[in-house]
Amino acid sequence: MVKTTPFHDRLEPLNRTGLWAHWSGYLSAVKYGMSAKHEYFAVRNGVGVFDTSPLFKYWIRGRDAERFLSGVLTRDIRKCRPGHAQYSVWCDDRGYVLEDGVFFRHSESEYFLTSARPNLGYLSDLAVGYEVQIEDVSDDYGVLAVQGPRSRAVLSALAPEVSDLGYFDHTAAKIGKTAVRISRTGYTGDLGFEVFVPADEAGAVFDAIMDVGRGHSIRPFGEEALLMARIEAGLILIDVEFGSSRLAYTDQERFTPKELGLGWMLRGIDTDDRPFVGRDAIRRELATKSSRWAMTGLVLDWQDYDRLHAEAGLITPKDPVPLPWESMLYDVESGDQIGYATTLMYSPVLQRHIGLARLRPSYAKSGTDVHVEITIDHEYKRAHAETARVPLFNPERKTSNPDRKTANSDRKTT
Amino acid sequence: MSENEYDAIVVGGGHNGLVNGAYLAKAGLRTLILERRHLVGGAAITEELYPGFHFTTFSYALSLLRPDIVQELDLVEHGFLPIEMPSSFAPAENGDYLILGADEDENMQEIRRHSKHDADAYERYEHDMSRVVQLVRPLIDKAPPNLWGKTPEDAAALADLASHLKSVEPKVLHDLVRLLTGSAADFLDDYFESDLLKGYIASSGIIGTKVGPMSQGSGLVLLYHSMGEHDGEYGVWGFHKGGNGGFTQVVARAAQAYGAEIRLESPVDTMVTKDGRAVGVALADGTELSADIVVSALDPRRTFLELVDRRELPGDFVEDITRFRYQGTSAKVNFALDGLPVFPGLSDRIDQYGGFVNIGPTMEYLERAYDDAKYGWYSSRPYIDGAIQSVIDPDMAPPGKHVMSCFIQYAPYQLKNSDWDTERDKFADTVQATLESFFPGFGDLVLHREIVTPLDIERTVGLSEGNIFAGEFLAPQMYFFRPAPGWSDYRTPIDGYYQCGSGTHPGGCVIGAPGKLASQRILRDKAEAAKS
Repeated sequence: MVKTTPFHDRLEPLNRTGLWAHWSGYLSAVKYGMSAKHEYFAVRNGVGVFDTSPLFKYWIRGRDAERFLSGVLTRDIRKCRPGHAQYSVWCDDRGYVLEDGVFFRHSESEYFLTSARPNLGYLSDLAVGYEVQIEDVSDDYGVLAVQGPRSRAVLSALAPEVSDLGYFDHTAAKIGKTAVRISRTGYTGDLGFEVFVPADEAGAVFDAIMDVGRGHSIRPFGEEALLMARIEAGLILIDVEFGSSRLAYTDQERFTPKELGLGWMLRGIDTDDRPFVGRDAIRRELATKSSRWAMTGLVLDWQDYDRLHAEAGLITPKDPVPLPWESMLYDVESGDQIGYATTLMYSPVLQRHIGLARLRPSYAKSGTDVHVEITIDHEYKRAHAETARVPLFNPERKTSNPDRKTANSDRKTT
Repeated sequence: MSENEYDAIVVGGGHNGLVNGAYLAKAGLRTLILERRHLVGGAAITEELYPGFHFTTFSYALSLLRPDIVQELDLVEHGFLPIEMPSSFAPAENGDYLILGADEDENMQEIRRHSKHDADAYERYEHDMSRVVQLVRPLIDKAPPNLWGKTPEDAAALADLASHLKSVEPKVLHDLVRLLTGSAADFLDDYFESDLLKGYIASSGIIGTKVGPMSQGSGLVLLYHSMGEHDGEYGVWGFHKGGNGGFTQVVARAAQAYGAEIRLESPVDTMVTKDGRAVGVALADGTELSADIVVSALDPRRTFLELVDRRELPGDFVEDITRFRYQGTSAKVNFALDGLPVFPGLSDRIDQYGGFVNIGPTMEYLERAYDDAKYGWYSSRPYIDGAIQSVIDPDMAPPGKHVMSCFIQYAPYQLKNSDWDTERDKFADTVQATLESFFPGFGDLVLHREIVTPLDIERTVGLSEGNIFAGEFLAPQMYFFRPAPGWSDYRTPIDGYYQCGSGTHPGGCVIGAPGKLASQRILRDKAEAAKS
């Protein structure tokens, strides 16, 4: 029997489409109105709310919590102070990514983890011998992402703590009578927050946010709009850009952090003394430059794309809904396949067709001309595209605070 | 060069002047854009006329803007952000309504509510219109061939045009001619039976033009307003973030980034010539600025009859320009609202307000509104194109409040036995009473009202007789003939003097094509001159 999230009774009447996806066994709206693009614009231009409750949630507590996690996670969790959060991956002993998640440090000995897939078994098995308790509290909380340029105005009207909350910081707050935790995080690449609410009080918190949000054109957004935003933001997605190495059949299905464009997470690991699963393999990969892939953004050549469609007598499609399949990439000169785009879409804010690409490292330099295979009138055609740095869309408001124009550079994270 | 010497001076900082100046600066010309007012944008401006409320005083929506301009001028880099309208809302007089949005199936069912016959007819109409638009768009994006030209370039352009017209199916070309020469009503009657649907679509056939939907010529206006796109969807409209003034600020920033200089509050008195060619301009304060290229973004009357001594122009040309017709017929009444209007048939919904609110329930309603204008008076029950951008762009008004732009027809520039300064409040009351009849209680929501008569448009923006397109959209004033036969190539009879406003091909709306195409002409001429 499919489950519903703590916000479902509020969201169900708002979903005019009747369309629900299944996400980790929960009903999750594909979109609320007939056009996902309007929900996307709420995120880029006003404020939108997304029910991200189906994420798995864990408390990791105990005297050894930091020591335990720093031996599991690829990124150095010791640098995450209480009140801050860190996005990290964890790898197998060959340096291939198992999964990713966000760790919210509540105190010296308490972390809260959200991840896309269940992880209790894996983490518990590694925790033997550490004084650490790991508890699956996935069903205890609803999580509402409040995202977009107006998100701060909406939430700070309810919880003043939010007004100067830094990027990837989190705070305890009260919305109405409910004690919540609010973090400056999200999956849209925009200014945004996530609100963690006890499941049985989720409805009241939702109502309060929507009431204040009404004057700011708030609207709920579904999975389609989220996918559009995350591609512009250059955020990788499990089962699209990668899958768990533990569940892969071949090394072709496995990727290292460096190959996923997460090289920034590895800064300092060649010298620091922290042992963690996969460290030696990752050090070797970095030292020998043996990464097989690089992740880059992709921006299609609009004139070439227009020309190919015009020659076929077609109106150039500019569909913001991301393609759910891979598109092959070729060397412009030799015609050899050199990688693939994991997804392509038309970006309304960038006014270009864009994508996320996995390329042989020698092609990864920004501005490299490549060919991308597209289908026009049932025929394969090749259009020019350029590699580009991710995130392709990166507004200053994502990391800035009202009183402080830009966040500290050491806060680099996704 | 000294500070008052330039390669090119653009007179008028409306959107076409800005686009033109940006292209010239991008090509390396030392370019100056002169604007009479305290802000650029011409008729595409956003003003905070009431604290916290941002009014799109004149132009208020975006669709025709050429997508290549967005790319070539790197406008995204400077803040270009068009937001698609979620829907269009057309209330009927009997309390019913039509809402059309982004989902074709939902639209089909909505139309079926009004006419089962029209459900599939709408698909055919949209398809046929798209085919005509596909045919027309390449013509919009190129200067018209010079029918009377004698160069190989002219002959080639004419041959290109002929082969383009022959490349489409006969039906598509025939549809084009039916639209260019016929009425919107005749065209729509071939497809539809629903009065509300026809009223809604036909409304696009009267915008800015002194025609009713049953007049020949309204087909052309309908086609023009269906020719734009939002992100590849033909005929779809959007708002620019912060209104159309937000858009012109973006173009101004792009122009400046390419090196163009913009001077505000610098009205031009005359275009200065020497030995029959342009050498610069004289400002109203007496300042002289020199440039070998002077481009007027003003309408043809002001370009040729005000900035230039008409004795410098050929007599036939002066006659053509003198009889170029304007007769503006549109006005605006914009409102700051305390809340959203309530439509009794949809009192529990607000999502219908994200786009156009079309008060033109039947073609007969529109035609009767036109009848008043024929005899020199404004409509007693006017056509209203409302737009409440604040519903999807919260930056336009304080939280919970709204700005409603209302485009009104008909409001003829020439009133019989009265004038606009006398009639402005009575006119606005008529508009408000019409809104009240569709949205009971509307008047109680009004915090502030801005009235823009055709005379205001002329005085403030400088568009002659308040014509929003810088010259009427009727076949004798389009394509080869815009603004005068033989002068559709952005040149003028005076060497070095060019035109780039909406009075040139392809015409008005926030489209940018005249500005861009004129820059191509200028740069080609400059390259030719350098060769010889």
